[in-house]
Amino acid sequence: MHSFLQKFGRLLVIWLPLGWLSIFFMLPLVEMVNVSLSEAKRAVPPYNPAFQIGKDGISFQPVVDNYLLIYEYWEDYLWPAVNSVRLAFFSTLYCLLFAYPMAWWIARSNKSLQHILLVLILMPFWTSSLLRMYALIGLLNPNGVINDFLIWAGITVTPIQMMQTDFSIYSGMILTYLPLMILPLYASLVRLDNSVLEAAADLGAKNWDIFRTIILPLSMPGVIAGCLLVFIPAVGEFVIPALLGGPEQLMLGKVIWTEFFRNRDWPVAAAIAIILIAIIIIPIVYARYQDKENIN
Amino acid sequence: MRSTVPLLVKLLAIAGFGILYIPVIMMMIYSFNRSKLVSVWAGFSTKWYKELWYDDVLLTALYKSLLIGFSSATISTIFGLLIAIAFVRFANFKGRLFLSLVASAPLVMPEAVTGLSMLLLFIAMEVSFGWPSGRGVDTIMIAHATFGMCFAAVVIQTRLRDMDKSLEEAARDLGGRQPFVFLSIILPLILPSIIAAWLLSFTLSFDDLVIASFVSGPGSSTLPIVIFSKIRLGVSPEINAIATLMILAISALIMIGSFLVLRRDGKK
Repeated sequence: MHSFLQKFGRLLVIWLPLGWLSIFFMLPLVEMVNVSLSEAKRAVPPYNPAFQIGKDGISFQPVVDNYLLIYEYWEDYLWPAVNSVRLAFFSTLYCLLFAYPMAWWIARSNKSLQHILLVLILMPFWTSSLLRMYALIGLLNPNGVINDFLIWAGITVTPIQMMQTDFSIYSGMILTYLPLMILPLYASLVRLDNSVLEAAADLGAKNWDIFRTIILPLSMPGVIAGCLLVFIPAVGEFVIPALLGGPEQLMLGKVIWTEFFRNRDWPVAAAIAIILIAIIIIPIVYARYQDKENIN
Repeated sequence: MRSTVPLLVKLLAIAGFGILYIPVIMMMIYSFNRSKLVSVWAGFSTKWYKELWYDDVLLTALYKSLLIGFSSATISTIFGLLIAIAFVRFANFKGRLFLSLVASAPLVMPEAVTGLSMLLLFIAMEVSFGWPSGRGVDTIMIAHATFGMCFAAVVIQTRLRDMDKSLEEAARDLGGRQPFVFLSIILPLILPSIIAAWLLSFTLSFDDLVIASFVSGPGSSTLPIVIFSKIRLGVSPEINAIATLMILAISALIMIGSFLVLRRDGKK
């Protein structure tokens, strides 16, 4: 009896979350593939499901029209895709440049300062990105704080256009994703053995040489992890291009939103979502491959 | 003593902290601006905060967000705990690979994709068996619980793995039954991570705009949805005031949570 209960409990521990995630995470993805292969029509809901269980039994009539449409109007869809990758790539790079000195400083401070700095990193990470992007708009607007200051200081006469540019997107990305870059960098830098650095310094190595030949190579796992953590969500970002970007800063997350809410073309929205997943899988598979290489 | 950090690195790091904090601090200052014009400072005033009290749309949205946050965080934490136990304590079981896939994929899935796919499922379910009829608080709750449990699982898993097993083994050697050992030994030891996981799931739910926008129905707008539609109309001291309050509230929760997590790191 006792072992039966234990076995039952064990099954429950595994199957409750597995069941939930299968129904509410896996099944939606399957349904999204189904909708992306469905025909759009004017109805509620606005599509004719490819896979159907109806009065006449099970039918499966997939159409590739939605993917063909994306292919045909490739300028409208490919450009946001390329743009997403470009903006995410440079955002990752800028985050890395800002995060490295921060992570290094935190890793090298004493314990009590380290705690304070880590909390200072964590706090903006968990406060809403929407609100922080809103705060950024207040800074970058033509009549915002920065332009007011520049005009007051006599540096410029007319406000500088900062909103709806690549600059505003990068500022938003850095503000949102900097903590995600710092934490893995910090984790790899804090493990670095001080005696190695001291030995290099005693032997006459310059600061720059120490950084280039010791610190950077040893922190490489943190760099890769941080870049993935920033790049992956940045590619699919919606709030940042929606609030800070103009028509030139279209990204796939925003295109899905527009297709769905404004154009009410659900099958095309689903097809774009699948393309977005495909873009994200590439760096993940690459990282897995790198991990295996390292283990071997 | 650790080797000194070059001055240049320190300055760059301080600039980095500046980037993280200056926008929010400026916004908080301007929330006390008397003038409706955002860029003109016309003296100190708390009138925008007072006005929030009379904004019914906002208060209803706040109530919905809190309701969804509390319930989804609770579901997330319970299921996250189950996932963590399955991974750390059960060596090998059927479906381990599948569970690790479905418990980690939501962490990297773009919100727009998660939101869209869930909405499509809810609609297909409604067409097929009439549930859920329409979308509202319950569908947002399910969606938030689904990605929240994956984050909760990560937090609890780390603690469960690092836990000192000797107390538990001692209890078992002395004849303690499994449920007793779990409730009186394991649970208290991992409690800080459970609280941290709950706080994390709550803030994720409370802050979420994109997924909630997809799976919400008419009349079930959460606070971020209402704020987003207000932001689209432009910067205003009223939004500054809401944003200030929300950020302060979440920051307080995070302070408590990170204190719990850091304290256990400090003990080691």
